Amino acid sequence: MSAEDTLLYLDGVSVSFDGFRALNSLSLLIEPGEMRAIIGPNGAGKTTMMDVITGKTRPDTGTILFEGKTDLTAMREAGIANLGIGRKFQRPTVFENHTVWDNLELALKAPRRPLKTLTYAVSRDDRVRIEEILDITRLSPKRERQAGSLSHGEKQWLEIGMLLAQDPKLLLVDEPVAGMTDAETEQTARLLKDIAGKHSVIVVEHDMVFVRELGVKVTVLHEGSVLAEGSLDAVSANQQVIDVYLGR
Amino acid sequence: MHRAFCWLLAAFLALAAPAYAAEMDARLEPLVRGLGAGSYADTEKALAKLAETGDPAAVPVIEALQAGDLHVRKPDGAVVVAKRSGNGYALTDPVTGAPIGEADRNAVEKIKVNNALRRSMSAALGALTLMSPNAGTRWQAAEAVFKSRDANALDALNAALAKETDEGVKRAMTQARASVLLGSSAPDDDKLAAIEVLKDRGDQDALALLNGAASGGSDAVKAAAEKAVAAVENRLALWGAAQNLWYGLSLGSVLLLAAIGLAVTFGVMGVINMAHGEMVMIGAYATFLVQEAFRAWAPGLFDLSILVALPVAFLVSGAVGVVIERSVIRWLYGRPLETLLATWGLSLALQQAVRSLFGPTNREVGAPSWMSGAFQVGGLTITYGRLWIVVFAFLVFAALLVALRKTWFGLSIRAVTQNRNMASAMGIRTARVDALTFGLGSGIAGLAGVALSQIDNVSPNLGQGYIIDSFMVVVFGGVGNLWGTLVGALALGSVNKFLEPYAGAVLGKILVLIFIILFIQRRPRGLFALKGRAVEA
Amino acid sequence: MLTRFLLLGLDKKAGVLLAVLALLAVAVPVMALGTAPDSAWHLSTHTVALLGKYLCFALLALALDLVWGYVGILSLGHAAFFTLGGYAMGMYLMRQIGPRGVYGNPILPDFMVFLNWKELPWYWHGFDQFWFAAIMVVLVPGALAFAFGWFAFRSRVTGVYLSIITQALTFALMLAFFRNDMGFGGNNGLTDFKEILGFDIQAASTRVGLFVATVVALAIGYVLASSIVASKLGKVLVAVRDAESRVRFLGYETERYKLFAWTLSACMAGVAGALYVPQVGIINPSEFSPASSIEAVIWVAVGGRGTLAGAILGAVLVNFGKSYFTAALPELWLFALGGLFVLVTLFLPKGILGLAAQLRQRLPSRGAVAAKPADQKGV
Repeated sequence: MSAEDTLLYLDGVSVSFDGFRALNSLSLLIEPGEMRAIIGPNGAGKTTMMDVITGKTRPDTGTILFEGKTDLTAMREAGIANLGIGRKFQRPTVFENHTVWDNLELALKAPRRPLKTLTYAVSRDDRVRIEEILDITRLSPKRERQAGSLSHGEKQWLEIGMLLAQDPKLLLVDEPVAGMTDAETEQTARLLKDIAGKHSVIVVEHDMVFVRELGVKVTVLHEGSVLAEGSLDAVSANQQVIDVYLGR
Repeated sequence: MHRAFCWLLAAFLALAAPAYAAEMDARLEPLVRGLGAGSYADTEKALAKLAETGDPAAVPVIEALQAGDLHVRKPDGAVVVAKRSGNGYALTDPVTGAPIGEADRNAVEKIKVNNALRRSMSAALGALTLMSPNAGTRWQAAEAVFKSRDANALDALNAALAKETDEGVKRAMTQARASVLLGSSAPDDDKLAAIEVLKDRGDQDALALLNGAASGGSDAVKAAAEKAVAAVENRLALWGAAQNLWYGLSLGSVLLLAAIGLAVTFGVMGVINMAHGEMVMIGAYATFLVQEAFRAWAPGLFDLSILVALPVAFLVSGAVGVVIERSVIRWLYGRPLETLLATWGLSLALQQAVRSLFGPTNREVGAPSWMSGAFQVGGLTITYGRLWIVVFAFLVFAALLVALRKTWFGLSIRAVTQNRNMASAMGIRTARVDALTFGLGSGIAGLAGVALSQIDNVSPNLGQGYIIDSFMVVVFGGVGNLWGTLVGALALGSVNKFLEPYAGAVLGKILVLIFIILFIQRRPRGLFALKGRAVEA
Repeated sequence: MLTRFLLLGLDKKAGVLLAVLALLAVAVPVMALGTAPDSAWHLSTHTVALLGKYLCFALLALALDLVWGYVGILSLGHAAFFTLGGYAMGMYLMRQIGPRGVYGNPILPDFMVFLNWKELPWYWHGFDQFWFAAIMVVLVPGALAFAFGWFAFRSRVTGVYLSIITQALTFALMLAFFRNDMGFGGNNGLTDFKEILGFDIQAASTRVGLFVATVVALAIGYVLASSIVASKLGKVLVAVRDAESRVRFLGYETERYKLFAWTLSACMAGVAGALYVPQVGIINPSEFSPASSIEAVIWVAVGGRGTLAGAILGAVLVNFGKSYFTAALPELWLFALGGLFVLVTLFLPKGILGLAAQLRQRLPSRGAVAAKPADQKGV
């Protein structure tokens, strides 16, 4: 497949910190509308991969193209986000001194320049969209609560809601179900599957039950590069993967 | 160094001179009498003989002749120095200078001189001093000839050079000879040799002479002189740079002293202590108190006061630091900006406290004798005070490095700063380590205060002058890295001193501040920053 | 659109504050000019100038609260912007002296004649016009803040580091302005002003006029700041304060937001300085000293960081205390100020208004499950 047909295209991406190679010639393709699960042991480079895609870390070498044409390595975080790449962090990060509603309002797709925000007024469409997301994330009753007072699971949901409000083309979701109950985990899986199709999603997760529930193609990272790729059953049968998870 | 030695020798010989002179007087007596013999030719002959003796006692006689004070006393034909006094003359012996009564106006007759005699006199004087048994005098005479470039002194110089045994004086004479030759109409070969000699001398005076030679004379001389000028200029520039480097090192070590305690509290613990300057100030006042005690009870041991002040200042500032940590700072860990404000408040209160106790004016802190004075290395002048401060700064740095790396306490500090919970789980009493670390940083500031009391005014505002500089050093060097602090302090000190000749002291300082502001934009975490994901956590 | 924006800022708190300011703007002129000098209600020109000075400091505190309280930038160099604004005004006032100076030179201020300068330096041109000086009052601090902020924010200098370099900035400016050859009067600064816009600067009526101008400026500054804070831009600023990198991942160029608030704040500080100078009658380089900047920070901290009104309250209270102490117990003032720094940071992290809000929240809802707002991050 050529780079033009992909939504996200990583080729030969390497990053090192003080001699430690966090990513080692990583290559990865994500198609439009695809959902992909990324698994791998600690230190495999999952979070660094997200950092590199979202512009937090600049790769030493390698190519990262969005929609086959935009070079992400030359851009900063905000620019990349505005291209349509949204990110949910491993540790839920919401704006604790803002209400749930304001958190969503800030995330909502709208002009991002200072003078535009200075004169911004919530339109009817915006209001409807925020209500919709409040329903999806079941935070409607807590809309006026300060985000800092939410439980861990609620913060996870709020962050997913913010991701939805951003309406990105590609969602990077880092451990979305950590700290959630089984029922919540199931809901999250359903929500993500709903989103996929319209959007592309990359999910990094340790929870194999959750990954199985998603039922999508899995990429196994190890020491900064791709070890195996395929269905969860296929990769779990892969001897190398077994060695990496168990053999060390 | 050598020059200083010569001076000492000269002084010593001057003290020994009178006895020696008395012995010689008898020999000079008839020669001096000959000066008053009558004709110019007779006087000249007597002068030549006088010069031949090489006796320094003849110098005042010839000087008196030059000044027109030498007279013949008519009754007995004795040669005397006569000076107007009332209606007559006061007479003194030309050799010993002893008064020998008075004389009527008509009783003495002035010894007349003509131009030829005048020339002979300066030659004789030059020869006499160049022949002096006193090496210091000879050296001085040679330097005088070097400056006057008097061609008449050439013969005397050559004669003296042939007899000279002292290396230093010989060099001075050779240089004087070169200086004279270069200004005379001597053949090119002599001049070329002279240029070489002056090039080796290589100071500002030599440069002036060489520049003169480069602007006239034959092409060969010109070319050689130009080359020599370039060589001397290089050398002078080198010494100038060395001098700047020394000043830079000196300022850098002051900065290092002031900043090194901060490198512990800010760099290692992450506590912004705006009262750090006041810890320095307290150290300086501790020095003052120790010195007062010495003045009162043991003035004879005053030279030791600074050595006693060191541990006292360390303990006093350290104790104040521990109190501050326990009472204020420990409640503010993890809130750097609040810490900054609270410690600023403390610094105001401490300043006022010291002002109330000791008054707002400067306090006198004396320097021990072993920290006074200066010596020369080549073209460098180095004061002992500054030298000791440089040595002291490096000693403190080394001691701190060893303390942090090699001792159990240092290990505990590093453990607590890296992972507080883990350290606590392993039985380290973290609260105690925090207090002691802060005390250590403050104590080092106190040590800095002892050193700074020697070069700065001991007043309640002493610390304020250093706090911004110290922060600049730590931030520039890279937080959490002692070596960074060392490099930062020396680099900023040197840059400051190298800028000063061009921009002036204040503008130089402003430029350094601007440089650091821009530098932090490029490397927000300083010169020796840690990299990687861990840093952002 | 503008009215809608400004209405954002007009909440209940603003109403109370604006009412107080309006009362001041009426009462002070009446008491100063409309009463007999021996009346108990009479305000001397000295008192009027003192009140005016407090309000100038209040405007500075307001500017500082905008960046510290809402964007988390602890500036230890805001006095630099204040003083630059003051110098711009001072230069206008110097030019107004004209031939009435000691040396009687119609163009050159006294200190230039004293230094044997023959002509006006280029940067003094135009300051004989009030409109030009008024523009410079805003433009010079604004431009400096913009340039400084542009570099600093782009390279992501934050927290303590940013504080320290703002301090270095004002320190460098202080050293520079102490130099005689900078052309700003060196040590002595600018003083001996005669008139402003043709009015005698010593006259009671002029003092009252300056006071009213300060009240108006403070009111405008407050409405502007509180509208900004209430707008979506204000929400972004708070978000930047609490989790800057998260805001970037939402697609906001946080540098621009910080730069906007920072520059605006510097301009406000400049206006405060410009109003301060004619009321105090002098501007000199010691105003640049890092200590004055940090003092301004404590005003904000005392009143309550991130509350705007608190900054105004804190500035007035602390400066009133300072006037009282330095007159009655000068020895104790620095102890009091130092103690204030320590006590406020230890026991009153949210200041007076924050404490008041907490008390209000706790009292009526005792027993009820009050939504406890998360503590602000320790920035």
